[in-house]
Amino acid sequence: MYAQMVKSTGKGLVAREDMSFEDRAFQDRIDAGEKIEPKDYMPDGYRRNLIRQIGQHAHSEIVGQLPEGNWITRAPTLERKANLLAKVQDEAGHGLYLYCAAETLGVSRDEMTEMLLDGRMKYSSIFNYPTLTWADMGAVGWLVDGAAIMNQVPLQRTSYGPYARAMVRICKEESFHQRQGFHIMMAMVNGTADQKRMAQDALNRFWYPALMMFGPSDKDSVHSAQSMAWRIKMNTNDELRQKFVDETVPQAEYLGLTIPDDDLQWNEDTGHYDFTEPDWAEFFEVISGNGPCNVDRLNARQKAWDDGAWVREAMVAHAEKKAARKQAAE
Amino acid sequence: MSSKEWPLWEVFIRGQHGMSHRHVGSLHAVDAEHAIKNARDVYTRRNEGVSIWVVEAADIAASSPSEKGPMYDPARDKVYRHPTFYDIPDDAGKM
Repeated sequence: MYAQMVKSTGKGLVAREDMSFEDRAFQDRIDAGEKIEPKDYMPDGYRRNLIRQIGQHAHSEIVGQLPEGNWITRAPTLERKANLLAKVQDEAGHGLYLYCAAETLGVSRDEMTEMLLDGRMKYSSIFNYPTLTWADMGAVGWLVDGAAIMNQVPLQRTSYGPYARAMVRICKEESFHQRQGFHIMMAMVNGTADQKRMAQDALNRFWYPALMMFGPSDKDSVHSAQSMAWRIKMNTNDELRQKFVDETVPQAEYLGLTIPDDDLQWNEDTGHYDFTEPDWAEFFEVISGNGPCNVDRLNARQKAWDDGAWVREAMVAHAEKKAARKQAAE
Repeated sequence: MSSKEWPLWEVFIRGQHGMSHRHVGSLHAVDAEHAIKNARDVYTRRNEGVSIWVVEAADIAASSPSEKGPMYDPARDKVYRHPTFYDIPDDAGKM
């Protein structure tokens, strides 16, 4: 999802008999549904995993502004422009909530930014795909935010208090994102033949990348078991992906669009849709830096960081001067 | 990293209905004025409040989680601090 491929402990699930006394008490608190707060005892692996996961989630919100920011100045109407601006502004806010949640674990926001820029931390693979037409704004809101919500709703119950609280705020704000995307798609499919073709083309390009957002198949997710025991991951990747497909197929039908999967079909026995898995080789390429837009995205972040340095420094200098002047006057 | 990081501030917001200020989250800012401006942008985009307090996170004193027992357990067996401890017959009328 927004935190695909979170590796940090490098180990699988720790068995209860191998836990220290503190770790066992910690696991008991989690099993009892208690929230862990910043100053509480936590195993190192829990802390490290959470920093990675929340950091990656935060970076995804921030980098996720880029493919949409791309279209703000070219939105077709003033209303659409205001909608998109509000959505992109929300993403900035969501990034900030999440950075603050991660900071309670003892890492600073600037350190996380550095780790993003030098490649030690990642962001969701989805934002390495280009947004080529206005219809992509529809597809991104509908599919990408739709997939994000599917992951984030259960995370409101995650074991780490600050993360869970950030998730509550984010979920509350995010449902408008998906709806505004679907709204764009509705306008496109009810427009001219060309507009409908653009909508179909956007769905064709974003379908599989959206499925990849949930991360690799369960059989390839080595770190899932420990994260689930710690309740920092609430569902498996495949569960969420299936749920997403089941909810999205009827929406595509409503739009009169075709999901680009010849093998997609309702399975009476399982009560779910059967569908084709995304190309995992492509996923691993994109996540390791070789997607169509990885270089652009990181360059944009680097440029913003570098160009903003003098502003950050000037703000501090000004605040210090003001404080000194105030003190002198007293 | 070149320069100093902006300090962390905790944000408290009073909702619409005459409630107390409530902690809503934190943010970075260079001083109080800046923190209030940022809080307005980050935490009140949808009419969530009518008043903002900010305080530098470093200035908050907090109780320690390890003292949870001695701090809060003594209140547990003092049930007579609650109205339900006192059994008043219905005949006494509304109370």
